[in-house]
Formats: sequence, structure tokens, C-alpha cells
Amino acid sequence: MYCSRYVCSFQVGLQTDGVKYNAAFAILLVVMANMISVRDLSVVLGGRFQALKRVSFTLQKGKIIGFIGPSGAGKTTLMRVIVGRQRVQGGRVTVLGFKAGAKELRPRISYMTQEISVYSDLTVHENLLYFARMRGLKGKQALEACKAVLVQVAMTDKASVLVMNLSGGQKQRVSLAIALLGDPELLVLDEPTVGLDPVLREQLWQLFRGLAANGKTIIISSHVMDEAERCEDLLLIRGGEIVAHDTPEQLCAKTGTKTVERAFLKLAGGNK
Amino acid sequence: MSVRRTAATSGRVLLQLLHDPRTIGLIIVVPCVLITLLKYVFNGQPLVFNSVAPMILGIFPLLMMFLVTSIATLRERKTGTLDRLMTMPISKLDIVFGYAGAFSLLALVQASVVSAVTLGLLGVTVLGGTVSVLLAAVLAAFLGTSLGLFVSAFATSEFQAVELVMPILMPQILLCGLFVPRDQMARLLQWLSDAFPLTYSVDAMRQITTHVTWTGVFVRDLLIVVGCAILALILGSVTIRRQE
Repeated sequence: MYCSRYVCSFQVGLQTDGVKYNAAFAILLVVMANMISVRDLSVVLGGRFQALKRVSFTLQKGKIIGFIGPSGAGKTTLMRVIVGRQRVQGGRVTVLGFKAGAKELRPRISYMTQEISVYSDLTVHENLLYFARMRGLKGKQALEACKAVLVQVAMTDKASVLVMNLSGGQKQRVSLAIALLGDPELLVLDEPTVGLDPVLREQLWQLFRGLAANGKTIIISSHVMDEAERCEDLLLIRGGEIVAHDTPEQLCAKTGTKTVERAFLKLAGGNK
Repeated sequence: MSVRRTAATSGRVLLQLLHDPRTIGLIIVVPCVLITLLKYVFNGQPLVFNSVAPMILGIFPLLMMFLVTSIATLRERKTGTLDRLMTMPISKLDIVFGYAGAFSLLALVQASVVSAVTLGLLGVTVLGGTVSVLLAAVLAAFLGTSLGLFVSAFATSEFQAVELVMPILMPQILLCGLFVPRDQMARLLQWLSDAFPLTYSVDAMRQITTHVTWTGVFVRDLLIVVGCAILALILGSVTIRRQE
């Protein structure tokens, strides 16, 4: 919506003053395609631990982006910054053209935390309905949204079960379902598929690919390297720094390796 | 803040309670048993019991709701659900007032049952009438909820949340005039007592016991209780941070 309005005004501009606006238009298009831009981001946790060290990168719209790295690398902190939950000590983070954490972003993004952030003493349906309402969905609309996301995570048969009586993997899928509510443009999912069986994992990856094909941007963190191969764009994170930012194919080609895991080992080793 | 989201939060908190019948049982049955026990403690002194029991009706809801709310909000902070809510298009007050609403409603049920037992079965008479007792009890519960919400910010574990009852509520109970009339206490203790919100909740009950109509003191007491509760809620919502 914003995009088309700006494009129109610039097209009018183009006719009057060709060269100048042409350049501005090109820059604008690049900015628009960027979902997230991070410049010199530093985060210090608890006053001493430098979780992120002057990190810079840009991410593009409509892709599945993987934050890959060992635990403690700074993946979760980076995600919390993007969704606006983490205070930063330095740098600039822009999401969809707004400063990270801006009020305007809240209806447009969703966040699935690493721990299962679901009320265990409510049923699956009660959880979904509550979060749907908090996202601003009303009445029938909310009920339909709940049904739809349950289908997406293949949990329809468990709708009336108390979350505390579900298995770990099922709880995780409820947590993911909540993140899908309200049709967000940007989904930030912290380890959404860890610990799930291969069949289920494949199903969820199909879901993610479907969402990305519809223009959604998905950020997924994982410390499991075979997940990395499924992403379209990879950020290898280690010790609070970005070790590499590339597509899986490019990454393997540049390091002369066959798997992302090998590439990561090579890069991580070379960085010491 | 939105009425719709606040109501959704109240509804959710009440649903959580409904799934936990044991907690509801503890909240409603235990005060009835305790106040009956108290009647037999004051066996042969019906006048003393008649003046003490209403004061207890001002303390129970506060104590119970303080505990329930501090644990519930601590869990919210710890399990990641608050993380999730804080990234959603909501106001912090939707959560805070949602909790206050749900627990005040629960308090109304508790106060109704406990009052029915106290005023009906145990034969306690209050000149001011049952409705006034219920009003004062619900406002006491509202205060308990607000204090619990605020205090949960200073606890990092459920242990600590429970332990905070001792430094936060016990002094208020000791100095509220239940054990020794306030005007017989040392001047310093009277000042402390004046500064504690629970004092006014208990004093309101005392006013109802001895006056047929609402006295100016009763209205002042209730206003102070509500004022303190709202202050604690505002402080509580400040401790819920959008960014950490």
C-alpha cells in the first residue's frame, strides 16, 4: 500500500525531472525490497555480556532467512531486537521502514519464542482464541483464523486438549500456530522445528515455503545445520558476529565445500 | 487500552482458573473453614468474635488475591507468554486491568460465600448490611491483586513470590488494628499503620459493623483503598517493560 503510493508519486516526478528522480527511484526500490536493515548493532546483556558486536546486514522481503549458529551465538538476541523486545546499546535497526519496536510494526510481525510460550492450563483452542483476540481479530473472524492455523500445523484433532497434556512437539506446534495468527508479513520463529520428527519437519518447511511464496518473510533460527540448507538466505552467527551472509549454494561454492555444515566449520575455524 | 482486549484477558485468566478446580476450592472453601474455626476460638466471647470476624473479611480477599496474582503474573513473565504479548498490537494496561478484572470477579464470588457463612451460619451481625460488606471485600481483593501484580516484578522465582507475603503483607496485618486497637499503639506504629493501605480496608469493615448508614470515614476508607490499588496497578504496568 505504502509502496504503490510512493511509486506513483515518483513516477509523476520522473516525467518532470528525469535524471535526478531516476536515481532516487532506483534507491527507493532497493530500500523497499529490504525488509530489515541492521547497522552497527550492539547488544550487551546484563551489563557485561556482549551478545552482539557491531553487526550489520540487510534482509530481503519474501524469503526464508536462516539464523544459523551454535547456542549462545546471539541468534535469539538478534531476533528479540528485530521484534522490538530487546533494548540495544548501539546501532540502527529498521524493520519494514520503521525503527524496530515501533508501534506500527506490531500488527505486521509475529514472534515465536524459543521456550513454548503458551498457557499450559488452557486448551489449544482457548490459547489460539485468546491470542487471536489480542491480535485484534473479532468474533467469527477470530474463530476462523484459529481453525485455519490449526490445519496449517496439523493439530486440528487436538483443539480441545489441555496444552499440559500434549507432547513436547505438539506444544511447539501450538506455539507456532499462534505465531501464524493474523496474517503477519514478517514471522520471526526461534527454533520452530527443533526436536520434531522428520515427517513433521518436512510438513512445516512446506508451510514456510508456501508462506514465503505468498510474499511473507520468515526468519528461522536453528543450530541444526541441515535446516540451513532449506533456507534461501543464511546468516551464520558465531560469538555475536556475522561470520557469513549468503545463499546456501553460494556459501558452499565460496568455501569449496559440499554442505553448509562443512562451510560453517571452515569459516568458524578460519576466524579463530 | 481497549475494552475488548482487556475483557479477553480477564476471560482467559478466568478460564485458566476454571481448569484448576482445586485452586478455586482453596480460594473459596478455606476462608469459610478458617472463619468458622475462629468462632470456636472465641467461644463464649460472641461480642469479640462479632467485631473481629468482619475485619477478617477485609483481610482474606486481599491476602488470597495477592498470592494468586503474584504467582500468575510471575508465570506470565517467566514462560515467554509476556514476551509474545509485548510484541502484539496491545497496551500493557490490557493485561494489567484484565488481571484485575478477573480476580475481582473471583473475589466477589469468594466474598459472597464467606459473607454468607459468616453473616448467616455463624450469626455475625453488621449494621451496615451485606451489600456494603461485599463492596468492601471486593475492593480489598482489588487492592490485593494490584499489590500482587506490582510485587511480582521483584520476585525471580515462585518461592520468592510467596515469601514476599511476609515483608509486604504481614506488617500490614499486624498493625491494622486487628490485634490491638490502633489508638492504643505507640505513636510511631500508628503512623506506620496510617501509611498501610490494608488498614483502610479493615477500617471500612469496622465502620460497616457499627454504623447503619455509610459514614464519611467509610467512604474515605474505600477511596483510599481504590486509590492505592490504582497506584499499584500503574506501578505494576511500569514494571512490565515493552523492551528489556
